[in-house]
Parts: sequence; C-alpha cells; structure tokens
Amino acid sequence: MFKLFPSCPACHSTHFIAFLKKDLYRCNRCGHLMRISARRRLGMLLDKGSFKPMAEPLVTTDPLVFPDYHDKLLEARKRTGLGDAIIAGTGRIAGMDLALAILDSHFIMASMGAYVGEAICQLIDLAIERRYPVVITICSGGARMQEGIISLMQMAKTAASIAQLQDHRLPYFAVLTDPTTGGVTASFAMLADVIIAEKGSLIGFAGPRVIAQTIGQDLPQGFQKAEFLLEHGMVDMVLDRHEIRAALENLLMLHKTRPYFHQRSPYERRS
Amino acid sequence: MNEGREPIEQLGHLTHLLKGMLESESPEKKQAQQIIHSLNEELKGLTIHKRIQPYDQVKLSRHPKRPTGFELISSVFDHFTELHGDRCYSDDAAIVTGIARLGDIPVTVIAHQKGRNLEENLKCNFGMANPEGYRKAKRVMKQAERFGRPVISLIDTPGAYPGIGAEERGQALAIAENLYLMSRLQVPIIAVITGEGGSGGALGVGLADRLLMFENAIYSVISPEGCAAILWKDAKKADEAAVALKLTATDLLGMGIADQMIKEPTEGAHADPHQAARALQDALIETTLELLAIPLHRLLAERTTKYRKIGVM
Repeated sequence: MFKLFPSCPACHSTHFIAFLKKDLYRCNRCGHLMRISARRRLGMLLDKGSFKPMAEPLVTTDPLVFPDYHDKLLEARKRTGLGDAIIAGTGRIAGMDLALAILDSHFIMASMGAYVGEAICQLIDLAIERRYPVVITICSGGARMQEGIISLMQMAKTAASIAQLQDHRLPYFAVLTDPTTGGVTASFAMLADVIIAEKGSLIGFAGPRVIAQTIGQDLPQGFQKAEFLLEHGMVDMVLDRHEIRAALENLLMLHKTRPYFHQRSPYERRS
Repeated sequence: MNEGREPIEQLGHLTHLLKGMLESESPEKKQAQQIIHSLNEELKGLTIHKRIQPYDQVKLSRHPKRPTGFELISSVFDHFTELHGDRCYSDDAAIVTGIARLGDIPVTVIAHQKGRNLEENLKCNFGMANPEGYRKAKRVMKQAERFGRPVISLIDTPGAYPGIGAEERGQALAIAENLYLMSRLQVPIIAVITGEGGSGGALGVGLADRLLMFENAIYSVISPEGCAAILWKDAKKADEAAVALKLTATDLLGMGIADQMIKEPTEGAHADPHQAARALQDALIETTLELLAIPLHRLLAERTTKYRKIGVM
C-alpha cells in the first residue's frame, strides 16, 4: 500500500516518502532500518542497469495441496509481482561481475520452499559456470511450512550447493537483514565466507517468541540482534544500510583470484 | 495397526458391488439382500481396527515407552563404544555418538536420546540438542570418513533446542555445517527416523544416502501443534495440521523422501521393542551392504542428485 507519509515502525515518527527514499528507508530520527522490497534493495546495490535476471526455476508449487496455500501464493504473486520470495541473476558492482540473489520478506515472510531453494542452487550453478563471486541478501521466516518436508529438504540442497561453490574456490558473501531466522539461517545463510549483518536485524535459529515460551522468561535486551551476533562471533561485521554496497565492492576487489589458486595443493586428498 | 486397513477397503468395495446389484432387477436383488443379511451377522462378532489417523501416529512416535536411542543401539549393534564431547564447549547428552559393529561391519553411530523419566530427560534435554550435540556429531563423522566407516544416524527429536545459550553458541551454524559436511562425506550415510523427526533438529544429523523410517515415525518441518498455532491460532487443531503436513512414513515414502519403511509391532514399537530392534537391524545391514557396494564417486553423485531434485519438476 502506497503512503505519502509513512511512519517509522520503531519510533513512530512520520516521514515524507521522497526523503525516506533518499535515506534508503532509514529513519533519520532513530536510525531504524525499515524492511524493503527485493527490487528496491537491488537498486541500492548494483550498478544501474546491470542486472540480468535468471530464468524462473521450474518447481512443484503446492506439493502437499496444503489448505489455502494455493490462494495465498497467487495473492502474494499478484501483490509483489514476483514469482516467489526471491529475485536472482547477474549484475555488477563498480564494474565487477557477480551472481546475486535477494530475498523479499513481503512474499510470505520470504520463507524457503522449493522455488527459493532451487533458485539459490541455480544461481550457484551459474556462478560456477561463469566463475562469478556470489552475493546473497537474506531475510526469511525460515522454511515454508505449507510445503512441509519438501521445504525442509531445501536446507540440505542449498547447503550442498554452497559446498560445490567452495570446491570451485569462488567466494560467497551473505548480507543478513531483518529478519533472518529458521531453516534459512541454518543452511546457506551461515555458510558464507564473509557475513555482513545489517544494523539492528533480528538473526537467529529459533524465533524469539518460541525461545521465551520454552524457557519461560523474558529475553535479554538486544538478544538475537545483529550486534549480539557480532559479539558472539557469528558474523564478520555489522553495517548500516548505506555502507553495504561499498563493503561488497571492497570484498569483491579483495577476492579477485590469482593464478596461484589453480595449482593443486600437495596435501589435497585424492579420492 | 495396519491390519485394519485392507478389510475396510475390501468392505467398501463390496458395498459398492452390492449397491449395483440392488439397483438391478431380481434374482440379483434377492441374492444381494441375502449377502447383506449374512454380512450383518458376521459383523456382530467382528471388531475392526480403526484406520490410524496421522495424529495418532504423531502420538505413537512420541510414546513415553518408545525405544530410546540407547536402547536401540544396545540391541542393534555390538561393541558400542561411546565417544563424548565436541572438543569445544561440552558434551551434549541429547545426541549420543560412538563406534560399534553392525554385524561384522564397523560403523559410526549417532543417535538422539530421549529420557525415560524426568531425571533422565533433564540430563538429555528431552532429546533436544544444543549446538554441542551437532558439533560432536560432526567430529565423529569426520573420523568416520577418515577411517572409512559408514555413518548410521538414529533420529528421534522434537527439534533443536530453542534456548538463549543455543543461539549464543550458533545453533543455526552448527546445523548448517553438518548439512555441508554430510552432503559430501566420503562414506555411506544412513539416517533412520525412529520416532519424532523434528525439523532442522532432525535434518542436522539426517542428510543421508538412504532415509529409513519406522512405521509410526514422523518427519516434519514443524510440529503439528506449532503449525496449528500459526495457521489457525489454535494448537488444539493439531490433528488437522498433522493431516495437512503429510508427515507420516507412508506420506514420505509416497513423496520419495523416505526410501524404506521399517515394520513395527501391531500396537507400536513400544509393545515389543525387541521385534522393532530386529527389524531395524535387518534393514540396516541390508542397506549398509548395498551402499558399500556402490563406488564412492557414484555414491556421492547420487546423493547430490537425490537432494537437488527435491521439489523440482
């Protein structure tokens, strides 16, 4: 829904949409980073006009014939204009090629079903074929409940794809944004070579409500926030939204391969 | 429990036939009436097992007397030697690991452990592992790879533990790293869902060449109670959620996620743990020998393809 004067979900101050856009949807009063669509984030990260989307993966859409899921999918597709909770393709940052995927929390909380899982795997196939580094900007409520066991298995297949990428010695950088939880955190999100967490994002395995319920007490202030994860050694850096593109540019530059990489190590196992 | 199914289906078929006969003219009509009469007489002395509902199976999979990991290990394997600790933080009693012999094959065993009483359950945290449990499993799997031992993983967990410490120490990372490792571990992996297969907590030691399931075991992305609470804001509708989630062994076999179902005694595995353990042992020996006969490169390629094609048209 379009609003000319949206308010900040954290401090409730009102903003003029044009200024908010210029500030990358960051509240200039409290610094809160609002959730944004995948397309908007794409525009913030890539060189203008460099994005080339991949073909949509062909997957089973409603494997369990789960109650109301079909309608829910159609509604989300119509509302967001996306095939599912992810856009993926190739693009450039400061002229450097990369394979990029961005998850979109406006599509069923960016939960991972067969579509998201297969899109990640195909992105990695493409990166291996072209020897591109991989960047994935992540948010997710976890595995998509309505796809049952099929969605759980996407964790296994995406993790296996990351392993293949590492076999080819191609770097993978993850940008974790609000919220990154459940099966996505416990698969491809945490397996990146460098993990950037966007300031203030909720990142974890179990959701805070489930944890509070299980242990029967309130959770400490700042628990599962990006800064908390940095403190506990789970991410490499916590950045504000406007710093992310420059950080990726820097990382891409530092990971340019040298001929040395193609030599075989004498310690490598042959089997 | 399944014995009830076939007669019920046959009965349905018969009723259908009879209806057809009744609609036609005599003498078939008279015959049909006779058959119905004699059927009614028979039915009086007959008790038919009700067709077991998915939520009943969920309850069976969590039955307090269901054989635990330790019990299955002691009756299925010989010379079990337990290995403790993740060499990093602590020893998690929710996941038991060790080396043992299956017939005459040395194997590495990983098993979830649920307790029999409160005291035991406090120790093993009701079978809900912390990151240390997954890291201990990772350690023994790496050893298994180095020494060429197949890995056998017996899964029975409500899920990975959702606690403050678990998050601080990287529950998500611990599971992700196991998926990474197991996707390319250079020995055969067999996973068996023996009771509850609770989401990421189960998959974290469950990526395998073959997935076996006990007849009344379940494997799901979310508990039916959790699913009902999210979807219908009512955890009491768990029975409906259990149907919708398609989480039984039969469902998973149908979807090609599980490879084999292990028969249980009629009343469930707890009714005759020895019979259940024997069935498990037979299935494990057969599957291990089958996998050991496959050349390594093919085994790994097939494992990759197996997972890659899940959900793809």
